[in-house]
Amino acid sequence: MVGSILPLELREAVVRRRGKRLLGPVDLTVGAKGFTIVMGPNGSGKTTLMRSLHGLQRLTEGEAVWAAGMEAVRKRQAYVFQQPVMMRRSVRDNLAYPLLLHGTKKAAARMAAEEWAARIDLTEALDRRATQLSGGERQKLALARALIREPELLFLDEPCANLDGRATRDIEALLKVEHERGTRIVMATHDMGQARRLATDIVFLLNGKIHETGPAEPFFAGPATPEAGAFLKGDIV
Amino acid sequence: MSEIWEGMKAAVWLIVTLDPELFDITLRSLQVTVTAVVIASAIGLPLGALLAIQRFRYRRATIAVLNALMGLPPVVVGLIVYLMLSRSGPFGVFGLLFTPTAMIIAQVIIITPLIASIAHQAIRDLWAEYHDLMISMNTTKGQRIRTLLWDGRRALMTASLAGFGRAIGEVGAIMIVGGNIDNATRVLTTAIALETGKGDFGLALGLGFVLIGLAIFVNLTIHWVGRTESEGRW
Amino acid sequence: MKLPVLSAVLAIGLAASAMADEMKMAVTTSFHNSGLSEILLPAIEEETGITVELLVVGTGQALRLGEAGDVDAILVHSRAAEDAFVEAGYGTHRREIMYNDFVLIGPEDDPASVAEKDGIVYAMQAVAAAKAPFVSRGDESGTHKRELDLWELAEMDIPRFGDWYRSVGAGMGAALNTASGMNAYILSDRASWLNFGNKGDLAVLFEGDAMLFNQYAYIPVDPERHEHVKADLTDTLEAWLVGESAAALIDGYTIEGEKLFTFNAQGS
Repeated sequence: MVGSILPLELREAVVRRRGKRLLGPVDLTVGAKGFTIVMGPNGSGKTTLMRSLHGLQRLTEGEAVWAAGMEAVRKRQAYVFQQPVMMRRSVRDNLAYPLLLHGTKKAAARMAAEEWAARIDLTEALDRRATQLSGGERQKLALARALIREPELLFLDEPCANLDGRATRDIEALLKVEHERGTRIVMATHDMGQARRLATDIVFLLNGKIHETGPAEPFFAGPATPEAGAFLKGDIV
Repeated sequence: MSEIWEGMKAAVWLIVTLDPELFDITLRSLQVTVTAVVIASAIGLPLGALLAIQRFRYRRATIAVLNALMGLPPVVVGLIVYLMLSRSGPFGVFGLLFTPTAMIIAQVIIITPLIASIAHQAIRDLWAEYHDLMISMNTTKGQRIRTLLWDGRRALMTASLAGFGRAIGEVGAIMIVGGNIDNATRVLTTAIALETGKGDFGLALGLGFVLIGLAIFVNLTIHWVGRTESEGRW
Repeated sequence: MKLPVLSAVLAIGLAASAMADEMKMAVTTSFHNSGLSEILLPAIEEETGITVELLVVGTGQALRLGEAGDVDAILVHSRAAEDAFVEAGYGTHRREIMYNDFVLIGPEDDPASVAEKDGIVYAMQAVAAAKAPFVSRGDESGTHKRELDLWELAEMDIPRFGDWYRSVGAGMGAALNTASGMNAYILSDRASWLNFGNKGDLAVLFEGDAMLFNQYAYIPVDPERHEHVKADLTDTLEAWLVGESAAALIDGYTIEGEKLFTFNAQGS
């Protein structure tokens, strides 16, 4: 493997849309290791921050600086959207698609797709249309499709927002394995319990700015700012 | 009521006896319309996809013109093509007036905007759905277009089908540019107009039923092809 | 996918066109509706080898097709227009072939009492006087022009007619359909009337006046004006049309036992 694309640094990043400031100015470093949870109330800029890190959102001001060239950066990260995009194809072809895009041979791509389907319990559904899957199955498929190219950096935007306990558990288990294998994960969530279970680092957003950031344990033990404290208690911030 | 009954009897008789004239007319209808649909699809489908994906300067104006052209009255198209292809018109030297080629040209003009417009809507919706994913996956423009055309193929088939439906039932333009010449440019619709003119409603209705049957048959066939395809693997 | 099927269909389509001795001739709807063309065309093909493609239009459009060079010859029945056509240099000459006649059709109970009149002019006047519904072709066809001539002879002014006068701008069959629906009077050629399948309550009310005779003439388009015109074929066709085979077929053609056309071409 060539050199890492991380760390990723956002410098003085600002995003405005129609004159309204959605994010920033933000300075943030995503280091080589860890499982970062992005928290904050609705409209605090979680999705905008993640899309800015991923490169989907153009910055109005500031810059994103990577440790490697853009070619490698684009290939070695993946993003799972809050509403997973199901391509109008079979589960198998959804899984194989990212591999085929980059020249993997058909047979090899199908094999990989079948292996991943087994990991996410969708072997039975391999030939079903992805658009016919349940919410939990869709989210697992989207996650598997993002992981199939073994990205170095994975973004997840509220992956368990509307899922039941079992599906949430499956996804968390998968994410833990990936994290232990060394995949760098940045995930936005509302679910405090999930944040406590998974996070190594916390980014707490408020009004488009990073209000507090640092290792997870001290943050949950006693946040430095009263707003974060209130948020952890479940008060409206 | 008796006329409809007579028409049904005439239709059944024509089909059961494999009437050679009916067969010729039907085959000619299909040749003209299928050729026109193939040409119009070859122009309209990529045009629709391009309008959905590519941003360019006069994109909105192009779409507006396209939608306006969809409502083009076939008779006017027929008249213009007629004047163009007439021996005294600009393309007269080719001697195309009153040939099947002239009919194909008129039909292509009539259905290309329809096919392009439906294709544009279908691809636009699909692109809205896929946009973030495909940007995130770092796809090239070529990969995007191929993916959208492939995943949208059934909607695109519907676009071509709508074009077929409009073309096979069209009479005004092809009557003008084809001339409804027996054994040369007579197709189902113009034959129906002719028989109605003779007051021969029986045969006219018979031909009409054949036309309806043909349209249903082709639609069902393509629907069936689409379904078997979707049930299997892609 | 579906491409092999398509290319097969296309191949058949292209193979069907481009044969050797084909020529296009514009004829009037009334001639075509008579059914005579279905007798003549196969005989022409058999005896001369020429496939005549008929464009069935009104006299007005037939003349225009000839002017533009879109057909090789025309066969129409409107003397004044034909003479003007030849004089303007669009056609080489005018050759009389045959004649048939017009009839005045109307509702069987004849509300305008045209049947008892002494001449077609009086019959037309009776229609106008009764303000009985009358359908006009209104398409500058030979039949339409003849109708206008008759109104003029009757010294009637069409613009001052009321709602009872309906100009439909359509071919003979469509106009007959309209007349049948409205139970109206209409001037028609005899052949179109006899072949018409939707007569309803209509019947022939007046016929036989010399002013109702209808002369058909053949005019080849001038090849000096339009060099693509197939002059050899139009000459061959003309020779056939004025010959014995044509005479026998034309004089022998009947519908419901009625003779429709009289051959009157002068030998060359």
